[in-house]
Amino acid sequence: MNRFWGFVKKEFYHIFRDARTMIILFGIPIAQLLLFGTVITNEIKDAHIAIYDQSKDEVTQEITTKLLSSGYFVLDQYLESTADIEAIFKKGKVREVLVFEAGFAQSLEKEGKAKVQVIADASDPNVGKLLANYTSGIINDYMLKEMGEMQLPMQIKPEVRMYYNEGLESVHMFVPGIMAMILMLISAMMTSISITREKELGTMEILLVSPLRPVQIILGKVAPYLGLSIINAVVILLIGHWVFGVPIAGSWVLLMLESILFILMALCLGILISTMAKTQMVAMFISMIALMLPTILLSGFIFPIENMPVPLQILSHAMPPRWFIVILKNIMLKGTGLLYVWKETLILLGMAVLFTAIAVKKFKTRLE
Amino acid sequence: MKTPVISVKNLVKKFGSFVANDHLTFDVYRGEIFGFLGANGAGKTTAMRILCGLSAPTSGELMVGGYDVYSQTEQIKRNIGYMSQKFSLYEDMTIAENIRFYGGIYGLSVKERKAKEEVLLSKLSLQGERDKLIASLPLGWKQKLAFSVALLHDPQIIFLDEPTGGVDPITRRQFWDFIYEASADGKTIFVTTHYMDEAEYCDRVSIMVDGRIAALDTPEKLKKQFEAADMNEVFLKLARKAKATE
Repeated sequence: MNRFWGFVKKEFYHIFRDARTMIILFGIPIAQLLLFGTVITNEIKDAHIAIYDQSKDEVTQEITTKLLSSGYFVLDQYLESTADIEAIFKKGKVREVLVFEAGFAQSLEKEGKAKVQVIADASDPNVGKLLANYTSGIINDYMLKEMGEMQLPMQIKPEVRMYYNEGLESVHMFVPGIMAMILMLISAMMTSISITREKELGTMEILLVSPLRPVQIILGKVAPYLGLSIINAVVILLIGHWVFGVPIAGSWVLLMLESILFILMALCLGILISTMAKTQMVAMFISMIALMLPTILLSGFIFPIENMPVPLQILSHAMPPRWFIVILKNIMLKGTGLLYVWKETLILLGMAVLFTAIAVKKFKTRLE
Repeated sequence: MKTPVISVKNLVKKFGSFVANDHLTFDVYRGEIFGFLGANGAGKTTAMRILCGLSAPTSGELMVGGYDVYSQTEQIKRNIGYMSQKFSLYEDMTIAENIRFYGGIYGLSVKERKAKEEVLLSKLSLQGERDKLIASLPLGWKQKLAFSVALLHDPQIIFLDEPTGGVDPITRRQFWDFIYEASADGKTIFVTTHYMDEAEYCDRVSIMVDGRIAALDTPEKLKKQFEAADMNEVFLKLARKAKATE
């Protein structure tokens, strides 16, 4: 046991004395969390719009006020002709133009309908779609309130509630994703790099010649990263909870146990990578390309899995973070217990066992 | 009466169909400096790895320090020291930390280790530098320190895999003084090297060519046998003979 602690201590010297390692371990996770949490957002705030009001009556005024007071839109300017529309879009600042037809209020009153044209800048299609949806939502809302007085013959009124994320805060979705990504990065990449470093320096030979068993060497290399990853997981959860207001509805204990399971799985993956890579560079590239990109692209972290082509959907089943993100969302947002995530938990457990088995086999063949 | 510390009979090591070690048979005696020479790819590193327990032999009878290579690797590991051509101390740790770490993995008690640390540092006159990072030391010092650390747990046998690669001649000479001293203490030294002048320093030398031991004797006898002025010539003659028979 003493031997083991000596080994772990040595590992901490390596970690604490290398500025790069320290930055990857502690700087990057926090920076990433803050960046993703604040930069990536699916909401619209203060989008610049222009209005070409050919009618300038009471109703168009009311609609305009309602739009501008929603917080989503800021009025850039009023336009005076159709030709201005194209020109103002080309300047780039204005994202949407509203055109009220002439005699808006009149025709609404007489014929029961009036036209407003919504023109959005779809050079960024998602933003364009969102803006158009928001606008028609606000106009519909106005209509319903006005029409309420007029008594329509029939009316279906959907009442929508967004369960588990009432405010549709995108950060609630990103925190679990970032957590999966960071734990993957630290656990898998850092262990694989630190093991291949010993190979590169030739100290691995010395360790293998010593009375330490290969299992002890591996455990000694992995233990510090297990500890640091757990600390990181806690820091991420705390920042997510206190800074971004992500709820943690379920049990903290279950959340931590699941995180530790995921970390262990990633560590096994790191060991597996180190048995394949001869140099730190190779280990880093494998970790980056084989782990980071799929984590970001295929885990459902940013892009919904349901929208992917079928082959990629199938491939996403093999991505450990996919299951971890499901677990995290369930526990954090829905507050569910193990009963609802046992399947995902078993999958992660199975992956950990599989990676360990392959790594052990590879390690043995390397020693012949 | 000389007692063999390493005894190898008919060692064969195959990688697939490639035969790296083809029926090697030799003994190494207590206190001896045994030179293990050969061109790159002749199979000397493979044989050395097998003796250290890093790799399993395909067949043959092997005893190291009185222990069987197949079944008693654990005991063997406790009784051997190893230093490789790649530098084997941790650059980002201090001298004292390295000593503590290696003492620790060989299971030395704190008291034992502290005593050894003092002896080692005073022998190298490095008492004042114990808290210096290895990275800040000149290569010659690193090598001597690595060698001393390999001796920390009092092994019977020390394996040196091209220990003087990339070092200037004066430091090499000094390094050999260390080896002589260890051998005078009764340690057995098993050393591979590229440098033929170093072969002259060995008590006995084996020269491997294409996976076989082509010659094994004292440097004097080998020179006489091959009618050569120095070991370099012996080596060249053996290598040429191997080419001619191909």
